[in-house]
Amino acid sequence: MEHEAPIHTFMGLQFNLSNVLMITVSSLMVFLIAVLATRALSMRPGGMQNFLEWVVDFVKGIINSTMDWHTGGRFLTLGLTLLMYIFVSNMLGLPFAVAFGHELWWKSPTADPTITLTLAVMVVVLSHYYGVKLKGAKAYGSEFFKPFKLFFPLKLIEEFANTLTLGLRLYGNIYAGEILLGLLVGLSHQGIFAGILGIFPLIVWQGFSVFVGAIQAFIFTMLTMVYLAHKVADDH
Amino acid sequence: MQSLILGAATGGVNGGDILFQLLAFIILMLLLRKYAWGPLMGIMKERQSYITNEIEAAETNRKEAEQHLAAQIQELKQAREEARAIIENAKKQGEVQGEAIIQAARGEANRVKEEALADIASEREKAVATLRNEVASLSVMIASKVIAKELDERSQEKLIQDYLQEAGEAR
Repeated sequence: MEHEAPIHTFMGLQFNLSNVLMITVSSLMVFLIAVLATRALSMRPGGMQNFLEWVVDFVKGIINSTMDWHTGGRFLTLGLTLLMYIFVSNMLGLPFAVAFGHELWWKSPTADPTITLTLAVMVVVLSHYYGVKLKGAKAYGSEFFKPFKLFFPLKLIEEFANTLTLGLRLYGNIYAGEILLGLLVGLSHQGIFAGILGIFPLIVWQGFSVFVGAIQAFIFTMLTMVYLAHKVADDH
Repeated sequence: MQSLILGAATGGVNGGDILFQLLAFIILMLLLRKYAWGPLMGIMKERQSYITNEIEAAETNRKEAEQHLAAQIQELKQAREEARAIIENAKKQGEVQGEAIIQAARGEANRVKEEALADIASEREKAVATLRNEVASLSVMIASKVIAKELDERSQEKLIQDYLQEAGEAR
């Protein structure tokens, strides 16, 4: 059951090559889906264009529910890419896992805390950047002392807590899903009977994981917009 | 159970993964913005403006149609009024003409009657004149006869008076 990660060191940096592979695969798939769907754009959308337009409207709805469109419009690309990338990443680990020897190669890239925390930190850093950019350094800084100065340590902790929860929630959900999938598949090692019995919970859990993967992608995008709105909005 | 502790990370942080994920995501975002989201949002905006235009056009068309309809109704009303006026005029004219015809007929009848009366009168005049002539010749004849018959003066006078009276009554 236990798999090692194919870690190699290159230019003083540790690379988990499975992550590198899966990030590339996810990115490629998202890119292909989005580009193929928008190859033949028409005023009367059909098929994939319809689907992507629905996604765009969905993300627009998320943004509109957290901030006004005047400030939120610029985050549409970010939200769309996040949603699609995380969703595809979550789905990648579901149908199968590929291991060579003891090294696990095919899995969800989001089942690795390094990846999810990278995304989370990126989002939080972006929120600080846009906070300073849109409100000015003074207004941005004063946010840390509201409603009064005593709150400063709490606000500081909040930033780190936000980052951690944002990244670890996604990681935990997807990783746990894959662990359980692995365990259920592992039943077949215990004999044919156990394997056949294990198929049913396996199917159920895969279905549930699709649901969880979609929900987590939505939650990540939603919270991204909430954090951004928190930093960017003038009044709250 | 090593892999259960914060995933598959084995000691230390995978700096390479972080870097790679960051780069991959940023590149993906930029590529998608250029090749997918940009055109998609472009066409969505285009469609939005198209729909807006269409709705506006429909609105103007509807307003125009309403105006036309109102004008048509107005014109129809006017035409009806005109038709009624024409009929009224015709009726009035007919009455006037009828009246005129009747008047003319009445005049003509009167004229004919007058003429007839005048004719009758003149005929009578003529008849009287003829009668007078006749009476004159008759009286001459009678006178000659009476003279021939030898009459006394008184009876002759009476005779002439009688004749004259007779002639006067006949007139």
